[in-house]
Amino acid sequence: MLVFLVKRIFNAAVVMLAVAAMAFLIFRFVGDPVEMMVNEQTTQAQRDQLREHLGLNDSVFVQFERFVVNAAHGDFGISYRNQRPVSELIAERFPATLELVLVATILSLLIGIPLGVVTAIHRGTWYSETLQFGSILGVSLPSFVVGIMLILTFSVTLGWAPAFGRGDVVHIGWWSTGFLTRSGRASLILPSLSLALFQITLVMRLVRAEMLETMRMDFIKFARARGVPARRVQFRHALRNCLMPVITMTGMQFGNLIAFALITETVFQWPGMGLLFMQAITFVDIPVMAAYLCIVSFIFVAINTLVDITYAVIDPRLRHQGH
Amino acid sequence: MLMQAHATTTGHSGAAIAHPVLEVRNLRVVFPTRHGVLNAVSDVSLTINKGEILGLVGESGAGKSMTGMATLGLLEPPGRIAEGEILLDGRRIDNLPEREMAKIRGRRIGAIFQDPLTSLHPLFTVGAQLVETIRLHLHLSRSQARRRAIDLLKEVGIPAASDRIDDYPHQFSGGMRQRVVIALALAAEPELIIADEPTTALDVSIQAQITALLRRICRERAAAVMLVTHDMGVIAETADRVAVLYAGRIVEVGHVDAVIHAPKHPYAKGLMDSIPPLEGRVARLAQIDGSMPRPDSIPEGCAFHSRCTLAGPHCRIAVPGLVETEGSRTACWLYSGGVEA
Ligand SMILES: Nc1ncnc2c1ncn2[C@@H]1O[C@H](COP(=O)(O)OP(=O)(O)OP(=O)(O)O)[C@@H](O)[C@H]1O
Ligand SMILES: [Mg+2]
Repeated sequence: MLVFLVKRIFNAAVVMLAVAAMAFLIFRFVGDPVEMMVNEQTTQAQRDQLREHLGLNDSVFVQFERFVVNAAHGDFGISYRNQRPVSELIAERFPATLELVLVATILSLLIGIPLGVVTAIHRGTWYSETLQFGSILGVSLPSFVVGIMLILTFSVTLGWAPAFGRGDVVHIGWWSTGFLTRSGRASLILPSLSLALFQITLVMRLVRAEMLETMRMDFIKFARARGVPARRVQFRHALRNCLMPVITMTGMQFGNLIAFALITETVFQWPGMGLLFMQAITFVDIPVMAAYLCIVSFIFVAINTLVDITYAVIDPRLRHQGH
Repeated sequence: MLMQAHATTTGHSGAAIAHPVLEVRNLRVVFPTRHGVLNAVSDVSLTINKGEILGLVGESGAGKSMTGMATLGLLEPPGRIAEGEILLDGRRIDNLPEREMAKIRGRRIGAIFQDPLTSLHPLFTVGAQLVETIRLHLHLSRSQARRRAIDLLKEVGIPAASDRIDDYPHQFSGGMRQRVVIALALAAEPELIIADEPTTALDVSIQAQITALLRRICRERAAAVMLVTHDMGVIAETADRVAVLYAGRIVEVGHVDAVIHAPKHPYAKGLMDSIPPLEGRVARLAQIDGSMPRPDSIPEGCAFHSRCTLAGPHCRIAVPGLVETEGSRTACWLYSGGVEA
């Protein structure tokens, strides 16, 4: 188990270094950082001084090392547009994105798993077929269309839930949460649903396929031969066997959701990292873009590693591989 | 031997109350398919008494497993029982609702399947699976059930049972896993055990051990056993009576000595001739030409006639019924009116 852990963490570190290299290249070579930061009135001497101050005269390797060390400390430089530390901007926006993605993930599991089990068990019934067909729509509808439809229906027409912003938030240290206020929770509904819809159908289809496959297995038949009641066989024995792929997928998708949140955040004007990134693109705010790239990748890699480790904890066969 | 005699006498004297543990009457199992209804099992009748081991033999596809599955009420749809009755201790069980049948499975009928690698849930410890089964059927507390689970593991010969109970199936060898499966089948002391090829997936060196274990444990409990196998050696060693299936029908059934040493049905003869002698001499296997018809192409009359050297015109017309022959009952026109039309 320990060997396994060390191996996985080493892999993760290598991937992160590669990503950092890419972010660094963008930062260093897409446009001249000095040119981005100065205006026409700046003298050549001032420019040279800035160049020296930024360390741009050092060798590329020294610069990369500095970039990685700084990034590891959460220092991504100063935003060109806001003239504030990028880390501050991200820290402000990160809670909004994370809460949105978290709620979307929970929704997808809470709705997707039971739907998957039901459509598998009652295969061939009209409601199961309808759900199965509906899920194709869910997979194929573009996210912004879903978002706009949700806004039109539930916000504009019915007026049930707010269509943009986070509502009131409560600050706990540097974290800002929308969970603790009524308007904060209400504002979460539509964007998280919009973000989750794709994921719900994904979970449902995966659970359904896995359930159908598992129900044919010998240990399921043997469980029934031991007298385990059908319900218990389905929801304990079979579902348990399906959870690993679901956990894996949910974990992997968590990173995707953070990336997809870009669109949802734009549609719902949700003040998260995605919106920050979209704004950064319009202003060619390279440090913010580089930081976003690094952080989203870090989340991706961290989650992948965690999923692998969780996998080993859940599946005893992986845990005992060393034996 | 004693128990045998005992079981038989009570069977006869207490005529009004003593039923065979299992009685199957005229069972027909069908699979509706696009190409029509297939008969996987046709007109099969058999009984198993307390303490008796009935061997079910026949080629692959003969309908052995389907007979067992029908008894357990676990036929995979669209497979179903189209005709016949199954009685456990004199009470019909083939028409029970699923809820009732689930209470019988594991409690009154234990099952052992072919592949111990896949019979156990890979994500639960063997202890969890044992305790689950025990507590489903017997009113025991968790700790009592656990103690019982350890006793069962000891009984089936798992060394250091109290340590190994918390291990996962993959931590056991194939033979040990089959012992765990047997412990699971015995968890609630069922009166009938259906063992479907319990040794086929195991190493040859382990097969004999598992067979001996199964026999000892069933004898000790006086359980009735349906032992499905195509290993005639296992049958000769283990079974009291044996039924030979061919294309879904019983062609000969009787005491194991009679059927093995003096088979009547031409198919049974061919089958017995194909047992390699124990001495290990290279024996010429008296193979029967041709192969058993699949359920979608069973011919008119006796299903065996196209492969039978003794067949006559009558065999192509009508299906023979079982008639008394010496030491067994046989379904062959040779013994019931001749093969001529
Ligand atoms: N799902 C199914 N659909 C159609 N036919 C089936 C199905 N399952 C089994 N059968 C048929 O039922 C017949 C009896 O099968 P069964 O499993 O009882 O054979 P068996 O005697 O146990 O053979 P084996 O030694 O291979 O286990 C087979 O010929 C098979 O073709
Ligand atoms: Mg079989």
